[in-house]
Amino acid sequence: MSKTLFEKIWEPHVVDQIDDDLALIYIDLHLVHEVTSPQAFEGLRINSRNVRKPNLTAATIDHNVPTSDRFNIKDPIAKKQIETLRLNCKEFGVPLYDIDNINQGIVHVIGPELGLTQPGMTIVCGDSHTSTHGAFGALAFGIGTSEVEHVLATQTLVQKKPKTMAINVSGDLPLGVSPKDLVLSIIKEIGVDGGTGHAIEFRGDVFKKMSMEGRMTVCNMTIEGGGRAGMIAPDEKTFEFVQGKKFSPKGDNLDKLMDTWKNLYTDEDAKFDANIDIDCSNLEPHISWGTNPGQVVGINSSVPDPESYSTPEEKSNAQSALDYMGLEAGQKISEISLDRVFIGSCTNGRIEDLRAAANIIKGKQVNKNVRAMVVPGSGLVKMMAEKEGLDKIFTESGFEWREAGCSMCLGMNPDILVPKERCASTSNRNFEGRQGKEGRTHLVGPEMAAAAAIEGHFVDVRDWK
Amino acid sequence: MEAFINHKGLVAPLDRANVDTDQIIPKQFLKRIERTGFGEFAFFDWRYLEPGIPNPDFILNDNRYKGASILVAGTNFGSGSSREHAPWALLDYGFKILIAPSFADIFRTNCFQNGILTISLNKEKVDHLMGMASSPKYAGYQLEVDLESQIVKDENGFSEKFDIDLFRKESLLKGQDEIGRTLTSEDKINSFESSRIDRW
Repeated sequence: MSKTLFEKIWEPHVVDQIDDDLALIYIDLHLVHEVTSPQAFEGLRINSRNVRKPNLTAATIDHNVPTSDRFNIKDPIAKKQIETLRLNCKEFGVPLYDIDNINQGIVHVIGPELGLTQPGMTIVCGDSHTSTHGAFGALAFGIGTSEVEHVLATQTLVQKKPKTMAINVSGDLPLGVSPKDLVLSIIKEIGVDGGTGHAIEFRGDVFKKMSMEGRMTVCNMTIEGGGRAGMIAPDEKTFEFVQGKKFSPKGDNLDKLMDTWKNLYTDEDAKFDANIDIDCSNLEPHISWGTNPGQVVGINSSVPDPESYSTPEEKSNAQSALDYMGLEAGQKISEISLDRVFIGSCTNGRIEDLRAAANIIKGKQVNKNVRAMVVPGSGLVKMMAEKEGLDKIFTESGFEWREAGCSMCLGMNPDILVPKERCASTSNRNFEGRQGKEGRTHLVGPEMAAAAAIEGHFVDVRDWK
Repeated sequence: MEAFINHKGLVAPLDRANVDTDQIIPKQFLKRIERTGFGEFAFFDWRYLEPGIPNPDFILNDNRYKGASILVAGTNFGSGSSREHAPWALLDYGFKILIAPSFADIFRTNCFQNGILTISLNKEKVDHLMGMASSPKYAGYQLEVDLESQIVKDENGFSEKFDIDLFRKESLLKGQDEIGRTLTSEDKINSFESSRIDRW
């Protein structure tokens, strides 16, 4: 029988079919960070349980870690949470990539870098952006702390089999339009709950032509469209990326796995529960204007009028978003001026993102009204960027060059907006207060963020010099 | 986890769509390592003008809804971050039942893990309940939920059946520890592992 990519991963991972919908599935990789794990380890202790497979588990510190003076954590509660992860990893034998390790970084950046993330795997983490790893043709999704405890104790998870959705994208991305613009436009199209209950496969030549970094950006934001998981079928680019890393399979294991990896694609006549068709040939750079990632428009548009929406609920959502964001209906997007620019996060904190941003700003100066910051996604990304001299390009332009971490994506560390500050951010969520109470977030790709830092307002990178 | 059988309680309306987990429990409260005590921080940025000063315009600060244990909300409730601190905060605040047209996947699972019942009803029904709970005429509006029969009803003739996975229903009814249940299938996990190809 013909199968989708999702079914080809799901079925061989079923340990026990509980009923028609629910199955106990095996988890190949469990990533752990300091924020969503302490109560799970405590649960193990209370019930005298162990971590079943410490070698299928990897931990790092990313959410709380300061991006400057990082060994001196001033917030005592954050410090205790980090210290708790260290003690838990030691007690239960879980490998930890600590602040002093070159492999420390945002959990979704280091998984692929270490070679832990591989095609065909089931991957979970107590973090909704686990969908990132679907870029490798893996089934990857976020879980809560009770489920973290369940995976630690059993290496399995009780899951309802999601429905499948194909997002078929035709056309090529125009020059100057990034994978971030594509995924923002997809979320706008399907809505912030359009993917609820579905494992989404992104299909089309545009993804085959996309780098692994670009694919990770797209899959990362699947959750912003409500998707349970996002995935892209692996190809030669994927197979090349996953080799030669610390945990890459070798020898006989690699041969055996490669045979299975090459079968990881949706069969020609396989059926999806839902199909969405999108043409990206005329896509513009996109920017969010509201307080959820579906409230986005093209750079040459204006802030929408709440009255232009059809239902009373949509009208009132749009109006409250405008009130929070301090914007007027009809205001030109290019006239929105900025106080801050943040380049980083598990969405756009990889080497290719930093190269793209550096390429835009080289030799130019950050606008005097803007404070701009670049935060590499991991220690390795930082090292690579410094080897290429990107750090110099950024600092000479007036950007701050920081240490790896989640930083301003969610403001659990000292990097936050003050009330009413407006920020162009390459992160994934523009929710109220996400980057700091009353902070105003505009989601963009790295090139758009970089150009906005120089001009002090949004510009169309396609015709900007 | 406490067993959930039936519940009758005061209903509070939160008439907003896409209420994300960053609103339910803002990020600055995720640094604690306990499961308890999050209730005082629930909806923090909406609930307080500044720490200690309640926002009089926020619906849950209305005295009418003091002691509410059932929350009625808009579509896609609990979207965003996977933080289980969100259901911990709602439970600790006093909510046992959430009713909305739809819930985000991870949040919904997290609620079950903590014995909070999420009920999806169609939007017209939810709008009706929102109206009843908001109307001064029905001050003190209560709903009664029976999990065994999967019925939610009031004393004014509203009665609606809701869907729930059988497994989740039984787990709630028994207050079962899911890990304990899984470990009864340990032989199946062992046998799965014996035929698995090592990745590294």
